[in-house]
Amino acid sequence: MKRTKWLGLILALTLFAGIAAGCGKDNSGASGSNGASGKAGDIYFLNFKPEIAEVYEKIAKDYEAETGVKVKVVTAAAGTYETTLKSEIAKSEAPTIFQINGPVGYQNWKDYTLDLKDTKLYSYLSDQSLAVTSEGGVYGIPYVVEGYGIIYNDALMKQYFGLSDKAVSVSSMEEVNNFDTLKAVVEDMTAKSEQLGIKGVFASTSLAAGEQWRWQTHLANMPLYYEFKDNKDYDNTVLAGLATNEAEFKYDANFKNIFDLYIHNSVTKPTLLGSKSVSDSMAEFALGQAAMVQNGNWAWSQINEVDGNVVKSGDIKFLPIYTGVDGEESQGLAIGTENYLAINSKVSAEKQEASIAFLEWLFSSDKGKSYVANDLGFIAPFNTFNDDEKPADPLAKEVTNWMEKDGIVSVPWTFAAFPSEEFKNQFGDGLLQYAQGNKSWDEVVKIFKDSWKAEKAK
Amino acid sequence: MQKSIRRYFALFALPTILVFAVIFIIPFILGVYLSFTEFRTVTDASWIGLGNYIKAFSNQDFINALWFTVKFTVVSVITINVLAFLLAVLLTRGARGTDVFRTVFFMPNLIGGIVLGYIWLLILNGILMKFDVTLTFSATYGFWGLVILMNWQLIGYMMIIYIAGIQNVSKEVIEAAQIDGSTRFGILRNVTIPLVMPSITICLFLTLSNSFKLFDQNLALTAGAPSKETSMLALDIYNTFYGSVGWEGVGQAKAVVFFVLVALIALIQLAATRSKEVES
Repeated sequence: MKRTKWLGLILALTLFAGIAAGCGKDNSGASGSNGASGKAGDIYFLNFKPEIAEVYEKIAKDYEAETGVKVKVVTAAAGTYETTLKSEIAKSEAPTIFQINGPVGYQNWKDYTLDLKDTKLYSYLSDQSLAVTSEGGVYGIPYVVEGYGIIYNDALMKQYFGLSDKAVSVSSMEEVNNFDTLKAVVEDMTAKSEQLGIKGVFASTSLAAGEQWRWQTHLANMPLYYEFKDNKDYDNTVLAGLATNEAEFKYDANFKNIFDLYIHNSVTKPTLLGSKSVSDSMAEFALGQAAMVQNGNWAWSQINEVDGNVVKSGDIKFLPIYTGVDGEESQGLAIGTENYLAINSKVSAEKQEASIAFLEWLFSSDKGKSYVANDLGFIAPFNTFNDDEKPADPLAKEVTNWMEKDGIVSVPWTFAAFPSEEFKNQFGDGLLQYAQGNKSWDEVVKIFKDSWKAEKAK
Repeated sequence: MQKSIRRYFALFALPTILVFAVIFIIPFILGVYLSFTEFRTVTDASWIGLGNYIKAFSNQDFINALWFTVKFTVVSVITINVLAFLLAVLLTRGARGTDVFRTVFFMPNLIGGIVLGYIWLLILNGILMKFDVTLTFSATYGFWGLVILMNWQLIGYMMIIYIAGIQNVSKEVIEAAQIDGSTRFGILRNVTIPLVMPSITICLFLTLSNSFKLFDQNLALTAGAPSKETSMLALDIYNTFYGSVGWEGVGQAKAVVFFVLVALIALIQLAATRSKEVES
């Protein structure tokens, strides 16, 4: 009897000990400000770009070795940044550096963004109008300029132009400067795909859930850029877009032009596109199964890392997305950014300073700059970078080339003005239904307009 | 012994009660509170009353998800239980290899929902490829895909419960029925089924609540495609909460409605099947 009593007591105490130990650990984590390990100034960077997560880890290690400041890098999986940010920022160890996607994102997170007007980082910007500002404050600093268009494999194109029985009169990609020429070339290539050894001209139009951003965001940018450019009240298409409560989708026929071309001259049949992801299509391009793919310069690492990659880096070129709008011969790549760094205004001042110092180090010290240009492959919009410190990958170079071409006007990233993620997803779902033949184009246009209106009204 | 258990009850139960409170009761109360507020992150919220509930019920996505879930639950509860019971009857006949089959049927249950979802996505898309379509082609495909997946996963588990029930039916009763001249089907219908009613109660409860609350499989298999037509309640709540900024409270309100629904259905079902349980 006595023994059982003791046994019971001991057992109960053991249980308690476990709980106490667990709690104790939690406490020391939460109240880290008194830790001697320099926890007060720890940086927590919530990264948006999964494709370069590993590079950030390396940078964090290097920075810690150099300055002793710990940088924790967490990467949100593709398409889940907002979700991750929402749950991370509610924690006691909240991200100190996070990302907003432009003016619309700023509206969502304005309670959490610190004014960066007086930081050196802001003064480094080569064009300060690029920053996200509101009522005199600076809340988001772009850290990369990106461009997207149609990436093509020049080796395959040369092979095609060398064919004796080609049905088009143009003989090099330089002469393809509008939709009609592009269409003629693409359709003729489809007819001769066996001769060229490709499965389709375009890589799969990825329409799986979460993989639709190349169409519902990037491609949709083209018609809306032209629509908002027609609005003469604004000199900036993003501002015009933000002020539009009911989009007309005036250039929907142009969107349909290029979208039809994509899905009907593709590696994959239109009805099967619902299972394709972006990595699938980048792999198809890298393996030489497709000659063209719509994506941006960030895709270089994806192309480069595919096993069995047959595309030489010198053959990777960019073509603007032509949609059949008048005067598009002078249209360039779509160039802009949706990556703005913001500092969490709700963490301690120490952490804020440490975070700003880290970013300034990354974008102005020699070591940091070399990471940015060579490993991250960013075309950074800061005046701290010299010409020889620009990224050397073929797509980034192409972006710079297109930006500098005479008489070519780059298309700004007007999609920063799109009402919400929900709008993009509804439009993307509509596109999938259209590709599968379940919905007519008119229905998709209606979804676009209704969704824009409904999401703006929210 | 009895006395000492009573004396140390608090000491023994306290850790569990604490954990239960921290990971269940407190979040639950917080969740109900949040459904009446507008918030961006769960730590700062402002009270707005019933607004979220009004939005939730006027939200077409929610109503669609509710119907889809109800249809799915009805179909899968019936198919899972019928098939599981048949398997249990077959595998209690003492045929050769019974143990192997039991193990094989039980195994899918050991794999996580997300993994199962992706595996079946590959299998089903592979089959549909022959017809030049994918699972996202129409909501009907997604619906039956989910039913197949759910059957595959749960039949084994339910089968084990039914086997346990059937093995507990005493030989005497069955022998008595045989002597009285009952057919095999008659025995099953009039002796076995009434006596395994407790198992049926448990299995119905498990399949009903599992189907109604289905999330991982739904997310991995269809993710609601096409156009949210195959999203079930849990997925719709998740998408409302995380997918549309400013609608976090609405998502929370949907979750509370969801809880009430699941609790109601479970209680009604338990009461209904319990009343049919008999002693042999």
